[in-house]
Amino acid sequence: MAARDLHGPDAPWGDFGVVGQRNRKVDGMDKATGCAIYADDIQLPGMLYAKTLRSPHAHALIRSIDTAKAEALPGVYAVLVGDELPIPYGVIPWTQDEHVLAVEKVRFIGDEVAAVAAVDEDTANAALELIEVEYKPLRAFFDAEEALSNPEPAIHTSKKDVGNLSKHVRLEFGEVDAAAQSADILIDEEYSFHSTTHAAIEPHCAVAQCSPDGKLTLWSSTQITHYVHRALSRVLELEPEKIRVIQPYLGGAFGGKSDPFSLEFIVSALARKTGRPVKLLWTREEVFYAHRGRHAMKMKYRTSAQADGRITSVDANILIDGGSYSSFGLVTTYYSGQLLTGPYDFPSYRFDSTRVFTNKPPCGPKRGHGSVQPRFAFESQLDEVATKLGIDPIEIRRKNFQGDFTKTVNAQRITSNGFLACLDSVERGSDWKNKHGQLPLGRGLGVAGSMYISGTNYPVYPNEMPQAGIQLQVDRSGIVTVFTGANDIGQGSNTMIATVVAEELGLDIRNIRVISADTDLCPVDLGAYSSRITFMVGNACIDAARKLRTQIVGAVASEWDVDARRVSMMGGKVFDLEDSQRVIPSRDAFQIAEAQLETLGATGSYNTPTLGGDYRGGTIGASPAYSFTAHVADVSVDTETGRITCNKVWIAHDCGRALNPMLVEGQMEGSAYMGVAEALMEDHHMNRFGLHAGPSLLDYRIPTSCDTPELESIIVESIDPEGPYGAKEAGEGPLHPAIPAIANAVYDAVGIRLRHLPFTPGKVLEALDAKC
Amino acid sequence: MEYPTTVEDAVALLAKHGDRAMFLAGGTDLLPNMKHGLFEPEVVIGLGAIEDMKGIRKDKDGSLHIGAMTSLTEVARSQLITEAAPALAQAASVVAGPQIRNMGTLGGNVMLDTRCQWYNQSHFWRKSLGYCLKKDGTVCHVIEGGKKCVAAASNDTAPALMTLAAELHFLSPSGEVALPIEELWKADGTWNKNVGPDALLVSVHLPALSGPHGGAYLKLRERNAIDFPQLGIAARLGFAEDGSIFEAAVAATALGPRPILLQSTTKLLAGTTPGESNFEEALLELCAKAHKQLSPLANIPGDETYRKRMVPIFLKRALVLAAQP
Repeated sequence: MAARDLHGPDAPWGDFGVVGQRNRKVDGMDKATGCAIYADDIQLPGMLYAKTLRSPHAHALIRSIDTAKAEALPGVYAVLVGDELPIPYGVIPWTQDEHVLAVEKVRFIGDEVAAVAAVDEDTANAALELIEVEYKPLRAFFDAEEALSNPEPAIHTSKKDVGNLSKHVRLEFGEVDAAAQSADILIDEEYSFHSTTHAAIEPHCAVAQCSPDGKLTLWSSTQITHYVHRALSRVLELEPEKIRVIQPYLGGAFGGKSDPFSLEFIVSALARKTGRPVKLLWTREEVFYAHRGRHAMKMKYRTSAQADGRITSVDANILIDGGSYSSFGLVTTYYSGQLLTGPYDFPSYRFDSTRVFTNKPPCGPKRGHGSVQPRFAFESQLDEVATKLGIDPIEIRRKNFQGDFTKTVNAQRITSNGFLACLDSVERGSDWKNKHGQLPLGRGLGVAGSMYISGTNYPVYPNEMPQAGIQLQVDRSGIVTVFTGANDIGQGSNTMIATVVAEELGLDIRNIRVISADTDLCPVDLGAYSSRITFMVGNACIDAARKLRTQIVGAVASEWDVDARRVSMMGGKVFDLEDSQRVIPSRDAFQIAEAQLETLGATGSYNTPTLGGDYRGGTIGASPAYSFTAHVADVSVDTETGRITCNKVWIAHDCGRALNPMLVEGQMEGSAYMGVAEALMEDHHMNRFGLHAGPSLLDYRIPTSCDTPELESIIVESIDPEGPYGAKEAGEGPLHPAIPAIANAVYDAVGIRLRHLPFTPGKVLEALDAKC
Repeated sequence: MEYPTTVEDAVALLAKHGDRAMFLAGGTDLLPNMKHGLFEPEVVIGLGAIEDMKGIRKDKDGSLHIGAMTSLTEVARSQLITEAAPALAQAASVVAGPQIRNMGTLGGNVMLDTRCQWYNQSHFWRKSLGYCLKKDGTVCHVIEGGKKCVAAASNDTAPALMTLAAELHFLSPSGEVALPIEELWKADGTWNKNVGPDALLVSVHLPALSGPHGGAYLKLRERNAIDFPQLGIAARLGFAEDGSIFEAAVAATALGPRPILLQSTTKLLAGTTPGESNFEEALLELCAKAHKQLSPLANIPGDETYRKRMVPIFLKRALVLAAQP
């Protein structure tokens, strides 16, 4: 059992030397100069290119597949069909309902049916045209309500007893109905969240190579190397020790690369079949079909409150459109309810969430997994409560603040909580007191708050092993190399790791090398999801570095014949605290230690404490620490065109401690940008045929620099007792309030409540018409 | 790939290869359409080496000559154009993004293929729906079961050029043709032009205008860059010495297959003076008329009901801008 070390939030050597500095990313220059090697940059001798045939039907049985003509095409090396890889997979072990290539049926337009490996992409595409598939179309469902009320035809026949239900969760804490009945005010409204996707700039890509002795190496643009490793082993029926998974540099993920994906199995199987390396790069269009983006949700919220603004109950009913596969859907369904219980105190709370299969691209985790949609609904509703009661929207949020070191209504442990400071910061920054409710018609301010997890204590497959592992290696040159399974997906986790290890060992950050996300070289880490890396891997780094530091300090103290407490490490030097003349470079100290002891190295790990409520699902959403955020958005609404312009967003985020403020601000800005985009532009929309309406970056509109509001990041540091130096997450939390803050600002600007996303100009005009 | 250096050679090359060949100006539309399998030329005739097709000059009679291969960036920035034809400069400046305007040309934008949400998609996408009328199929999906292609003219510069009464100079195998731009278009989305694909647009001429005049182009789009128009309205006003309007022209794009020049605008606005109530009244009447006459179809992304609602708003705003000295 790995130790859960409580390292304390303090600097290891008195003052922080590296933590808190605005150091550029350790891989920044590589990326800026084009030296970084991404999956698609990999070229291997004799490499083949794969492409997949996709279903033109939204729901159909496969009668037959004839690949003879494709196989006969010159330049084609192999064709692969679903029957060759019949073992199903899926990231959650209880809902493995995906196949590498369709077996018996297809479930959405774009579902993959066959794959070809050929000398080049053009030949592979030509071969796909020669594959003959006979389908028997079935009734397709594009609407969650319709799919739920029609158990037949079931999209997943193995779930016949439940029709098209994917997951249902109903949890109640306290007496919701009684509290609602005795409340002074009750707001009951419906909200909807459309679907959005990640739109990472790098499309998914995988390259596989088999060695003559049967060892498989896979390079993949994944954010969870470890789960891919496990899934490959199962589906390919290949011992895990024969598989190496490497994540090269990665061009953005946002949750869209956290499932094991078909292309990873396809290139592996084709490499085994042909004996040649095989690459598969998805087109932008294919990335839209792979999706795993944000679930569309229809939400009913009923919030009751006392006349003084105190919430007495929250009741939520949520219908989740899951698309065609489970993906992380089990967790999504829980998260849609479990993650709403802060930063406010809910005396009673109930949620009833239902995820349904439909014949659309599968939904999954996108930045702020499962909780961005409910957060939009609730924060909009809370604003309405405030308006109806004549309470300032920031004041009502202060009034309901849950406090720090407390427990939520659903029994989640809250440690540090800087939400009040977040509210103060955005109130001050936006000049709220002089502007809210006082700007001319067409201009307004809106506020919203949120919380998010810093990792979850629930690995997707239950086990007792550490959730994060670190290995350190010391070189006589003065370099320390860190080996980590953690995936740097652009969020800067390798920089965070270098920061922590440099801090602990008193080294210049440039003397830390980080080797990450290679299953042959690195200790297991569960990967880049649920905002877990800073908290968990950061703690594992401290754990490992302190063991190493003890060795080095001990050796130097012995060499100098002084008490070890007199030996300090900072700025690349080791010195005697009581004799300023005695200073040696860290390199010398490493050599002293290596001579005295042995080859230097250390391991470290992290595991969460036992957390969560004592009920079924009580551990889902349980995190060792929660981040908190508040936004104020400043919008203009053109009452003639209905167009909303978001002028500025003030983002205050409690990240515990900013290990690198520049990177934290980057995450805050990126999150807010993404939230604004989802509110005003992005729409993962299927047309009446169930086909993605515009699977391109022309038609799926992400904001350009001309459309991006000014973003002001204000870091709040609550110093969490269990985080590495007090740090918590910053990558996902700061997205949540952007959407309701805009909705609430629109109300302040023109007096309309927008409850249905996205906030198109047409909807604004409709609401303005209705108001008149 | 062919690189002729004269317009005559270019036209002869196209005539030689016939349907198998296409002209390539900036390529910003041709290449994506080739990748989508919408255009399948076996021979591409690049026009980049024809020096005669580039540049802007003012002729002795005060008219402007713009080579069809002049980049949109140059059109947007040219002092000759910003002074004499502000609506055209504005229209050129809001096509796509800076990189595309550097490559894209005025001629390319005028001759742009029509666009449709059921057409500008990959081969797989279109195949899944059994294709559409404009390419490889027999039905139109805009109007379910439709038998006529209503893909949208999506060129920003077209309405601006129409308000300026531009004349287009083509060279085809049968000789030179000068065509008033208004006569270029027809209401057929599959090919919305009254010249064949073998005609090469060589240059655009803007006749000299008498007296002071103002112009503006306003574009409805979701993003402030990149996007094609969901509606585009150009306006031009000519002023008499007393500041009253003596002529007016309004044109719109991104409705149906052809850009439309609104009729009788001069009749409505002539004699009115911006800033006075007669202008305001005429403006309202014109906007109401435009709202009736200009109907966007459900061809391109963007709700058509909303796009229609924006017609009078954008027209009013364009005219107010054009009325500013």
